[in-house]
Amino acid sequence: MFDAVASMAALCGQCRLWRRAAAAAQLHSGVRCLSAKFDYDLLVIGGGSGGLACSKEAALSGKKVAVLDFVEPSPKGTSWGLGGTCVNVGCIPKKLMHHAALLGGAMKDAQKFGWLVPGQFTHDWSTMSEAVQNYIRSLNWGHRVQLNDKNVKFLNHKGTFKDEHSVRAVSKSGKETVLTAENIVIATGGRPKYPSDVPGAAEYGLSSDDLFWLKETPGKTLVVGASYVALECAGFLTGIGLDVSVMVRSIPLRGFDQQMAHLVTDYMESNGTKFLWKCVPTKVERMPKGQLETTWRHLESGQEGKAHFDTVLWAVGRAPETKALNLEKIGVEVNDKTGKVIVAANDATSVPHIYAIGDVAEGRPELTPSAIKAGKLLARRLFNSSTELMNYDNVPTTVFTPLEYGCIGLSEEEAVRRHGEENIEVFHAFYKPLEFTVSERDSSQCYIKVVCFRNSEQKILGLHFNGPNAGEVTQGFSLGIQCGATYSHLMSTVGIHPTCAEEITKLHITKRSGLDATVTGC
Amino acid sequence: MGNIVRKGKNVIVDKTQMKGLSNWKAEESKEIQQPGQDVDEDRVVANLSVSKQNRDNWEKNTQSGRVQHLLEMGKEDKTSHSYDYDLIVIGGGSGGLAAAKEAAGFGKKVMVLDYVTPSPKGTKWGLGGTCVNVGCIPKKLMHQAAVLGEAISDSRKFGWDVQEQVSHDWDLLTQAVQNHVRSLSFNYRRSLMDKNVTYLNAYGMFVDENTVKATDKNMKETYHTAADFIIATGERPRYLGIPGDKELCITSDDLFSLPQSPGRTLVVGASYVALECAGFLAGLGLDVTVMVRSILLRGFDQQMANKIGEYMEEHGICFLREIVPTKIERIEEGTPGKLRVTATSVKDGENHEGEYNTVLLAIGRDACTHSIGLENVGVKLNEKTGKVPVNEKEQTNVPHIYAIGDILEGKLELTPVAIQAGRLLARRLYGGQNTECDYNNVPTTVFTPLEYGACGRSEEKAIEAFGEENIEVYHSSFWPLEWTVPNKGKDTCYAKIICNKQDNDRIVGFHILGPNAGEITQGFAVAMKCGMTKVQLDNTIGIHPVCAEVFTTMSITKSSGGSVSASGC
Repeated sequence: MFDAVASMAALCGQCRLWRRAAAAAQLHSGVRCLSAKFDYDLLVIGGGSGGLACSKEAALSGKKVAVLDFVEPSPKGTSWGLGGTCVNVGCIPKKLMHHAALLGGAMKDAQKFGWLVPGQFTHDWSTMSEAVQNYIRSLNWGHRVQLNDKNVKFLNHKGTFKDEHSVRAVSKSGKETVLTAENIVIATGGRPKYPSDVPGAAEYGLSSDDLFWLKETPGKTLVVGASYVALECAGFLTGIGLDVSVMVRSIPLRGFDQQMAHLVTDYMESNGTKFLWKCVPTKVERMPKGQLETTWRHLESGQEGKAHFDTVLWAVGRAPETKALNLEKIGVEVNDKTGKVIVAANDATSVPHIYAIGDVAEGRPELTPSAIKAGKLLARRLFNSSTELMNYDNVPTTVFTPLEYGCIGLSEEEAVRRHGEENIEVFHAFYKPLEFTVSERDSSQCYIKVVCFRNSEQKILGLHFNGPNAGEVTQGFSLGIQCGATYSHLMSTVGIHPTCAEEITKLHITKRSGLDATVTGC
Repeated sequence: MGNIVRKGKNVIVDKTQMKGLSNWKAEESKEIQQPGQDVDEDRVVANLSVSKQNRDNWEKNTQSGRVQHLLEMGKEDKTSHSYDYDLIVIGGGSGGLAAAKEAAGFGKKVMVLDYVTPSPKGTKWGLGGTCVNVGCIPKKLMHQAAVLGEAISDSRKFGWDVQEQVSHDWDLLTQAVQNHVRSLSFNYRRSLMDKNVTYLNAYGMFVDENTVKATDKNMKETYHTAADFIIATGERPRYLGIPGDKELCITSDDLFSLPQSPGRTLVVGASYVALECAGFLAGLGLDVTVMVRSILLRGFDQQMANKIGEYMEEHGICFLREIVPTKIERIEEGTPGKLRVTATSVKDGENHEGEYNTVLLAIGRDACTHSIGLENVGVKLNEKTGKVPVNEKEQTNVPHIYAIGDILEGKLELTPVAIQAGRLLARRLYGGQNTECDYNNVPTTVFTPLEYGACGRSEEKAIEAFGEENIEVYHSSFWPLEWTVPNKGKDTCYAKIICNKQDNDRIVGFHILGPNAGEITQGFAVAMKCGMTKVQLDNTIGIHPVCAEVFTTMSITKSSGGSVSASGC
């Protein structure tokens, strides 16, 4: 297609926009030609996982597509390239740093497995962050190349709605262009929140937007919050040898199964992460030597605490990035409380040709694969006469804390709330990964729980797995649940020996029975 | 009522029987170092005062399955009155133990006979069978040791400051592995005791239809009768039958407890045992050669098998193809000493010679069915393979003699399969249940350096079963995120699914080559049980960033010839 365009360009040498349209029309005869009214068939604001997937899928249908992506620097001045949160300041760097931390553990294990590792091994932040950043840059580049290959116009511009079909795009240098499009997708994602009532928070603190791009080690760190971002960051920072404290206002991993969440934090505590439970920060001040003096209050006793940290990391939630879009002007409704864009099942906003996908859309899971899938399906509905809607049921997810936690479906609390305790059956087991035996690791938090209906069919409502490689383990089971797996499907599946995942196929102790759920022997 | 009286009678028979065994019992309790615990007495007391749990179970069973029991009453009365046990299991491996414990859970009187004939090199081990002692458990631990070695070298790229000089101590590893194996073996003995199963460390042999002779290591013989029998004797490694093989070579029976590092090693064979052992030995830094007669991993998907071979070759393992050894000689004494291997090409008959410290034979395994007196009871064997044909109820041609595990003809040689089969058999025999073991779509994983997980059919078998025109193969390379930073092979890991176009694009084969393949495959096996189709796969949302998510975004078919090269997020 690229070649075709190029040769056309050589032949006619006319206005660029026309050329593209003609090429598209020629190559995809039968597909509606671009209406003269708009510059683009589709304009996507936000070049993250969802936006890119949507734009590329639309381009595959021969549509004229543009993507606007612009990273507003964090309060600390960190910015990055194309690809959005996941690639730059989310899944990718965090999993790599999590892996770095796991390797630290692996080296301790290795000695029990006969490896002689001379001397003390220490971790060098800058080697790791440089390697991680290099990989991210290669992904940024890869995304640019893909857009180019697929003839998607990319503008490193910030987009603001001018009217229902036009968007003002402003470059870093202030250069302004107006793009018009028949359909517009908002995929601007979210950014970390800072507390507004803590003096010094934004001035001295960092967020996950900054952490992965630090050139020097964060040193002694206070992580504020107990979201998965907070616990994942605290986990890998501890794992690479830093002194880390986590300040938790109420509960860890809100929205996740609380028994699992507490096992996750128990494991972290036993691996050296300190927790300040039921505390809220009140003030951050910079000391003459650069250390950050952080003051907090214990919520129950009201007592004040104070300590010095090299880094204070805010992980108190994320806010949708809608401020700059000028949504109120064109009548796109947002939820006043969450700031997220209200969408219908087909991802349309209150303005029918404007859509929203990914983290910015109200009620959607804030997960990369879900945004990608939603973006692709939206493009197919718009341009490929598909009617398929996104199925948001049973979306699996994994928290990459030191002990990983993977889950699908309902938490135990939610299952009880929806169906009543008497109608659900919980099968559970505490198990010991084979790899933990020789390495003499504590497996107290390696735990599996399957929540089922209590009727004769025992359909699975939720599956929860704490243990190594939880993400890898969980994926296949999510498919099973998608296919309607029941407890007896689990039982009739033969295990793969010796793995951790096989323990899920051997669950037989119900919580109701009160019997010891510790797995013994093979 | 009749049942309970019958139990009482059993105990009396048992007590007389136990007297004859008291020598052995004393010896056993010494061995497991539980002084003060007289197994004999415990056993009798426990049986006399049927434990509360047993009684509850008993009552539950009689109530729930009353009709069943009434129907079977005649048979039970006839048999149980005259035999020492309800069930004797020959072979205390995964399958045998599972069956024994399950049967005991139904209040049955059960005996397990287990005896490990030392390998030609003299290696022996405790209760638990192949998996625990010389199979899955030690090999996965040694594989893990190799994986950790790789982790050490990766870790430098992830910022860890580790010296270049890292070495591996074989003794430390084998000690750690053996300690774990011994603890498992001990747990098995304890769990048999807890469940009131009589365990005899003796070699079992059928004398007549309802009697086995048990010979212990002091050649003391005892006789035991039972209504039902389960043969679960498993398999042992095969030897080549060439000069020097039994005297000089080792097998997987010996490797995991080898007192010294095997050094420069020749692995003969291309079974999964061969490739797994070759893989972890190389991963521990040893110089490893694999001698292959024909193909790798017979029975597995050959595309996957060849990819495993390629990866191993790229990682320093030497493969000698289409060559078979003909003679092994010792050319240097010592531990490990040095052996000369003479081999012949199967293509041109040309002779080859090589020198190794250790020669590990992994050319297959033979069923332990030839010296257990099957001829005395008329249990039919496949003469060629030595395997036992059974029906879907794991029943041999002799109705009260059953067989499970690796000795079954045409079934899978996998621990969890044997366990499942054993448990279900016991439930059918004594629990009034009728679920049969489903040998279809059993997942498995080969723990080669690059792990390979599979469930369902290989591409070859799928073509054979459905016809090439009726299947669609989707495939994709993938680059594990953890491999990016250390810059390990970008198009090495590979995933493949095989769909039956005639049946709603149902997935009939699942294959993955990559880290943690076992952990990945398990859940997909459940999904295959639920009849997963390609559409359902496409509708499932991935978990990011993990390897397993590759299956949720597969769009390239083999027939299209499209590129499978790993792309970004």
